[in-house]
Amino acid sequence: MTEMTYAQAARLGLKEELERDPKVWALGEDLGFEGGMAGQYKDLQAEFGIDRIVDTPISESTIMGAAIGAALAGTRPIAELRFSDFAMCAVDELVNQAAKARYMFGGQARVPMVARMPIGIRGGIAAQHSQSPEAWYAHVPGLVVVTPATPSDNRGLLKAAIRCDDPVVYMEHKGLWGLVGEVNENDVEPLPLGKARIVQEGSDLTIVTWAAMVSVVEKAAIKLAEEGISTEVIDLRTLWPWDRDAVFSSVIKTGRMMVVHEAVQVGGFGGEISSEVTEHLFDNLKGPVKRMGGARIPIPFSIPLEASYMISEEQVVAKARSFFS
Amino acid sequence: MAQDQANEPARVFNMYKKMLLIRAFEEAAGENFHAGNIRGSVHQYIGEEAIAVGICANLRKDDLLTSYHRGHGHSIAKGADPRAMMLELFGRVGGTSGGKGGSMHIADFSVGMLGANGVIADGCTISVGAAQAIKLLKQDKIVVNFIGDGGINRGPFMESLNWAKIYNLPVLFVCENNQIAATTTTKSVTAGDGIAARAESYGIPAITIDGNDLLLVDSTSARIIDEIRSGSGPQLIQAMTYRLRGHFAHDKALYRIPGEAEAALEYEPVRRTETWLAEHGIPEKDLARARDEADRQISQYVDDAHAAPWPEIAEAFTDVQDVGAPEMGVS
Repeated sequence: MTEMTYAQAARLGLKEELERDPKVWALGEDLGFEGGMAGQYKDLQAEFGIDRIVDTPISESTIMGAAIGAALAGTRPIAELRFSDFAMCAVDELVNQAAKARYMFGGQARVPMVARMPIGIRGGIAAQHSQSPEAWYAHVPGLVVVTPATPSDNRGLLKAAIRCDDPVVYMEHKGLWGLVGEVNENDVEPLPLGKARIVQEGSDLTIVTWAAMVSVVEKAAIKLAEEGISTEVIDLRTLWPWDRDAVFSSVIKTGRMMVVHEAVQVGGFGGEISSEVTEHLFDNLKGPVKRMGGARIPIPFSIPLEASYMISEEQVVAKARSFFS
Repeated sequence: MAQDQANEPARVFNMYKKMLLIRAFEEAAGENFHAGNIRGSVHQYIGEEAIAVGICANLRKDDLLTSYHRGHGHSIAKGADPRAMMLELFGRVGGTSGGKGGSMHIADFSVGMLGANGVIADGCTISVGAAQAIKLLKQDKIVVNFIGDGGINRGPFMESLNWAKIYNLPVLFVCENNQIAATTTTKSVTAGDGIAARAESYGIPAITIDGNDLLLVDSTSARIIDEIRSGSGPQLIQAMTYRLRGHFAHDKALYRIPGEAEAALEYEPVRRTETWLAEHGIPEKDLARARDEADRQISQYVDDAHAAPWPEIAEAFTDVQDVGAPEMGVS
């Protein structure tokens, strides 16, 4: 094992797939000189050429649409949209074309592409660069939605997304680019899509979370343990498909569940998980299912205002405690 | 095609037969739409047939094509099976998409027809991407993107022109200018000097031709497709035409200037081609036989469509996705 950042691990996974399959290529703004916003494409253009690491104009609709056309025509493109906020310029292409081509053409087509669109708060980039719209895409039939939380997962899940024959919305969290973690120095198999990671086992309470909230919840769980509350932490890794089996078996064991996500709570994916658990495991529950998500406000700029949107370790601890008081 | 073959009667007669097939298909689609046998929407290509036929006569089977909501003609011209298309319009087993797409999502990947499209100008971005794949795979195919005049004011069209040019992609944009987008004349909502001028502003060679002149479409596209295949980069053909029917089959086109549609009949491509063929030695009885044959063929397909079974309900749940696929009966 070796240590590297979340961004470096993604770069490694991408490099391995570019080497493995000549049909894999990437297109987006500033991939060459800049090497991507966090270096996730660093020096790959020099190695693989300008036709496989393609610098594009600022034309989000065409970045997405061209990836779809290229996927239909036999390649495996990775469309880099830089920010999930900018990807909104290409929602039509993703939702009306990529997600539906296979179905509406009766199985004649496959759209093996990755739409890479980082989510989340990264400190002061405010309302149009900080959003977490992952629930939107989980709502769309045909799409797979991936939200990696660790360096190792950001390599294994990206590899899986590239090899997947479905269009995959791949949502790295910008706040995690610099996160350091252990990564296998040898080439690894892709991680299965739809399989959650049990971050920590516990017996009193299940907390389901993903992306940047995983480490916040992990720290909260340590504090809760000091108070005698044994918390099982589940990192979903993918929102569609989400690992019902992992969540259900955990809730059957603990009898309590809370979902924590950075995205706005109203209409967030936590609602879906809460509802499924309540409907199917009502008799196993010792209390109401709880949710924690962002307030329904645009992400503010100023330090204290932005902080007020974010979910802290303390807030998670307090909410978890409320199950037992 | 060699340039001197463009006006050979045998070639023109073959193209004429294709036009008749499209015309008969569209008439039947309209009739069955009115009769309630076809649901949703049907956008007929009647009056514009020479464009699809003239262009596709110069394509190889493995060349790629994208279309828009008025896509039946492009599909038939590219070689899609009109019987399977009719079954698709009826929503039956055996349809091109097994009844899951219908008229606006007609596609036949086996002949490079990558789909009609319900969203205006979305075929443009798909086309430039397909062309990028062709380059990456070192193939010598080209992509033809059909777009209507209504599509030229959408961003994806302009983005795609720029994109095709900067990467020197093998794309032929064909704007079928029937001069009206649904019920609004394109001229009344378009600034500047028009479609060809827009392409030229990106450094893309553009030519405006009479799209109802089959021989001219054929010879023009023969030259341009040859150039694109040899690496010229993208080009655009603006083919002027006239939509003889409404935007969709129920549209009575009451917004037309009185007499306009009647006058347009004189220039419609089937009749013009027929006159040319008669003048170039094809006997009237051969022309009549070709017309009857097209009608008979399409009417058989309509009968087949009526007789074909409806899809099993389970089909609604297939081909959504591999990972996280739906289960029937589970929301």
